Amino acid sequence: MKRFTSQLRTEVHLTLRNGEQLLLTLGIPVLLLVFFSLVDVLPTGTDEPIDFLAPGVLALAVMSTAMVSLGIGTGFERSYHVLKRLGTTPLGRPRLIAAKIASVAVVEMVQFAIIVPVAYALGWSPADPNWLLAVCGVLLGTMAFAGIGLTLAGRLRGEINLAAQNGLYLVLLLLGGMVIPFDELPTGIRQVAHALPSGALADVLRETLSGAGTQPGTSWAVLAVWAVVMPAIAAATFRWD
Amino acid sequence: MAGNDTAVEVSGLVVRYGDLEAVKGVSFTAQAGLVTAVLGPNGAGKTSTIEVCEGYRKASAGTVRVLGMDPATHQRQLGERIGVMLQQGGVYPSARVLDTVRHYCTLYGKGADPVALVEQVGLTSRSKATWRRLSGGEQQRLSLALAMAAKPEVAFLDEPTSGVDVNGRDTIRGIIRALADTGCAVVLATHELDEAERIADRVVIFDGGLVIADGTLDELRKGHDEIRFRSSPDLDLVSLAVEIGMVASQVGVDEYVIDAPPHPRLMAQLTAWLAEHGHPLTDLRAGSQRLEDVFRRLTAPDASGPGAGTGGAA
Repeated sequence: MKRFTSQLRTEVHLTLRNGEQLLLTLGIPVLLLVFFSLVDVLPTGTDEPIDFLAPGVLALAVMSTAMVSLGIGTGFERSYHVLKRLGTTPLGRPRLIAAKIASVAVVEMVQFAIIVPVAYALGWSPADPNWLLAVCGVLLGTMAFAGIGLTLAGRLRGEINLAAQNGLYLVLLLLGGMVIPFDELPTGIRQVAHALPSGALADVLRETLSGAGTQPGTSWAVLAVWAVVMPAIAAATFRWD
Repeated sequence: MAGNDTAVEVSGLVVRYGDLEAVKGVSFTAQAGLVTAVLGPNGAGKTSTIEVCEGYRKASAGTVRVLGMDPATHQRQLGERIGVMLQQGGVYPSARVLDTVRHYCTLYGKGADPVALVEQVGLTSRSKATWRRLSGGEQQRLSLALAMAAKPEVAFLDEPTSGVDVNGRDTIRGIIRALADTGCAVVLATHELDEAERIADRVVIFDGGLVIADGTLDELRKGHDEIRFRSSPDLDLVSLAVEIGMVASQVGVDEYVIDAPPHPRLMAQLTAWLAEHGHPLTDLRAGSQRLEDVFRRLTAPDASGPGAGTGGAA
């Protein structure tokens, strides 16, 4: 247990001390939340943009941490032979992976502890939020995004991985129903967007927190499939150096 | 402290990468309490061999035993007893020195004191510095501290002094010697002959994926004493040979070598002949060949194969 906690502490320290990671995991989500709730330019279809934005930004926060932050960090650890070095210690791969997942969970808790109060301060007042179900959605989303992030990190070289993770982040952000409503997307792209983990998680959170999901049943199913398939692909294809 | 317990036993090891055979059947052993240098040019198969010993890479053929265990199947058990220093990196650039050493001490769980370790490798004043702020020599010393956090019974050190300045090398050599003196079997890969000569008790020479010689420095040099001197560029070597009864060969513009032990009579004859013929003597060295010469002799195109030492190519 000491080994696991020491690795977890190291992972969390390195993430929270990294300026770019903080910008990505906290800066951008909070900025988007504040900006678009105060400047009503998004066609959210709600009286209060914050009601649409808050669940979407929470989904974005999960994606930033579980996919981009974890993926970029792990990719560079591969390039710097950090994983190879740890592989020769008694830590073991299962504990290393467990520590990485736990560190994602810790950072997500920090994100939620900041974003949720900011959303409330901006006037968010979800009618009957089911936080327990929302946490289940976050869990599935974390698995799906971590699977994607680690799949890229496990195969691509440091800088290419960095570019790929950031590019994918932007695509999923724009197509994912996180800040842009699905209805505003062209029909073909809308179908794709619903099948993406970003769209599915945003929809699930909107349903569980405000009862405003567009197709919650499908979204849960989509999210579950991504959550099972992507970690399996990552595990099968990951290269340690 | 010299030990006779075999800690590492490599036998007929083959490592293939696709069609490329990087290690072509090597055998050697490393003993507790001794520094064994695995020496050879880049691409000779040193790192591949060491990675198999660390349990990081699988052998294509042959057997490897570290502390009596197969590293491929007992990586976890061995992980607690071996220390590893990679050829490069292995530490996250934004990780701090003391934090990293403390983390590895916890991972190994052997009760090593991180503050004392940092002091031992001379990085106390850099405790709070991040890896990326360290010089090449400091990074190597931190890597060495991480290997020592294991309180290892066997340490695999890959090019521990590469990119390190002269003072840094002395520090690292001192640490490695102290580590061997605790009874640890140190296996050190290097392409630098000087380094092996300064630090190793035993040398295993790799070339082209094969072990071409294996033994103590004395064993490798045995029978290869020489007298090396500098004088005029135009010595009459026939006249010299008649006088001293040995053939001198010209190996540089003004440099000559006689393949013979430095017997006082021979030395007297040589210097007398030079004086008689009015030639200067600008440099004179006599004794064992340097490891560099041993290596050159063994890897020369007309070398008759493994001849020196106790081992040889498998």
